[in-house]
Amino acid sequence: MKYGLPDKRGYFGAYGGRFVPETLIEPLRRLEKLYTRMKRDPAFTNEYYSILREYAGRPTPLTFAERLTAYYGRASIFLKREDLCHTGAHKINNVVGQILLAVRSKKKRIIAETGAGQHGVATATVAARFGLQCVVYMGEEDMHRQQLNVYRMKMLGAEVIPVTSGSRTLKDATSEAIRDWVTNVNDTFYVIGSVVGPHPYPMMVRDFQAIIGKEVRKQLRTLNTGKSLYLIACVGGGSNAAGLFYPFLQSTARMYGVEAAGLGLDTDKHAATLAKGIPGVLHGSLSYVLQDDDGQIALAHSISAGLDYPGVGPEHCYLKESGRVQYHAVTDEEALKAAALLAKLEGIIPALESAHAIAFLEKLMPCTKKGECVVVNLSGRGDKDMQTFMERLTYE
Amino acid sequence: MSSFHEDHQSRVTKRLLELRRKNRKAFAVFLTAGYPSLDSTLPLVRLCDEAGIDILELGMPFSDPLADGPIIQACSQQALNNGVTLSWILEQVQAIREFTNLPLVLMGYLNPIFRYGVEKFFRDASSVGVDGVILPEVPLEEVHRFSHHARANSIDIVLLVSPTTPISRIKEIDKTTSGFLYCVSSTGVTGHSTTVDEVRAYVVMVKELAVHPVLVGFGIRSAEHAQQVASVADGVIIGSEFLTKIRSLGQTNGLQMWIRKIRESL
Ligand SMILES: Cc1ncc(COP(=O)(O)O)c(C=O)c1O
Repeated sequence: MKYGLPDKRGYFGAYGGRFVPETLIEPLRRLEKLYTRMKRDPAFTNEYYSILREYAGRPTPLTFAERLTAYYGRASIFLKREDLCHTGAHKINNVVGQILLAVRSKKKRIIAETGAGQHGVATATVAARFGLQCVVYMGEEDMHRQQLNVYRMKMLGAEVIPVTSGSRTLKDATSEAIRDWVTNVNDTFYVIGSVVGPHPYPMMVRDFQAIIGKEVRKQLRTLNTGKSLYLIACVGGGSNAAGLFYPFLQSTARMYGVEAAGLGLDTDKHAATLAKGIPGVLHGSLSYVLQDDDGQIALAHSISAGLDYPGVGPEHCYLKESGRVQYHAVTDEEALKAAALLAKLEGIIPALESAHAIAFLEKLMPCTKKGECVVVNLSGRGDKDMQTFMERLTYE
Repeated sequence: MSSFHEDHQSRVTKRLLELRRKNRKAFAVFLTAGYPSLDSTLPLVRLCDEAGIDILELGMPFSDPLADGPIIQACSQQALNNGVTLSWILEQVQAIREFTNLPLVLMGYLNPIFRYGVEKFFRDASSVGVDGVILPEVPLEEVHRFSHHARANSIDIVLLVSPTTPISRIKEIDKTTSGFLYCVSSTGVTGHSTTVDEVRAYVVMVKELAVHPVLVGFGIRSAEHAQQVASVADGVIIGSEFLTKIRSLGQTNGLQMWIRKIRESL
């Protein structure tokens, strides 16, 4: 059976669609048409793959985590090394695709929202590479948490606009980017950083990130690993998870998305939208949303800025309800512990977001057997989080 | 003109037909419910009514109003801080209906309505005397989710067109809207200022295509501006500028005079 989602109207089952002001409807339709055409245009796909290879550093390795495997003493653990991408996270895969679309549609001005700053940095980077003007919206609170990335964006020639409304994090930066887009829609291309927003963004971002899963499939084949496969990825908006999972949806692989439980799912300080959200509309699509009894959007909390978002991509809502993917959540503390463990055992300091995927091994590994194979998407590196690690992890 | 006349005659439609007969333009204002305080909404509505507005748009505040500029964002936030909820707004409408038949439409975002329950929302809104709703996040393709509830409860769903809407789509939207056609004057969020020249040719075109009355909103700032825009449309909607006036003038004669001046210029 073909998976074939989203449908023509941009829905993954009951989720997705296009809930935006009328001004954006025609531009979204044009974008969808352009993308559909480009997807089948060899000149476009060749350019996309060649930039990923020559500039972004793909393919990224699939590293056998020998000591981590020995530590759990069960299935073999492999790490998909998106941390080794240029700019330090998977975000650039999607940005390259979208900026090529911007160039094809002759837009000279690029805007983006960013939480951890990784998507902002990737956008500023590729915009610089193509000589495009770049404006990044970032919540003031996140600018404080991720100072290094703010400076990187500036050095790359982007203008970083602090967002002071609401919780001053990713949700507000996204609203502000959409306001800019509605206003400047004629000359501006909005590069969304995750599988969220109105159709065709969730589909487009997933497709551009699917390079992750396609590479893993190929790499596993040459490794000749056993049949039993587990895939793990952290879920903020859900782009690195969608990118890893999508090429495996029709396989027998078991898949786990890991959300941020913040201070705990029994508190109101978490970002576990799939676990605790209710269907609603935020930022242009119908999907699970963290909200209060009156339907006002709730503030999310995670130690990791990239997961600190009260929404989630519509496709994940569908995959959860269909049972194809299981979603779990790990706390700030568990993620910190996992980051320290990976650093010590494998010599890799993960991004705090990716550390959530690593932390899930504690729950998953006891259920696995020797000879089976676990792939964890290491979506980014920890450089940007050193300040947080310094505050939270103490060493003699 | 067929579909406009065949519409169930809501208060909105009746008022707009009456104005058309008298060759006058409609004046609508947007007021964020519960701004600046919970007990200011009823007196403000009374004041607007007495000053002669034709339609009241009562804004339902939302935590993440992505179609709104800084002024309405700030007012929504303040209203939420004051404790405004959808149920409270419906109670206010009920109280408003005790002193006026002013056509009244609710304008806001979807999430609170989903949470309240779409069917229940339309039923309750109708029973307290709401005449219509404006939901800027709901494009033509998604109206079907709401239209049967709206029809069953005799509530208008007012749809919007904007400068990026192609001609064929303007016609489709005009066919589907009820009450009037909301013509967004420029690309942008609410409160984004525009010049009359930018808006004029576009409004003239919409007006030629539309069967429904065309009311122009987003970014109208002054009596002069309102008059110039209204001269090519069926009326104007003032939101951000009205809220700014509430902030600077309060519930005073000054505010009433500001409304009267615009009303008289149309
Ligand atoms: C390294 C890294 N991983 C994961 C995420 C979360 O995003 P997504 O769920 O779209 O992959 C981010 C977001 O900033 C990130 O920087």
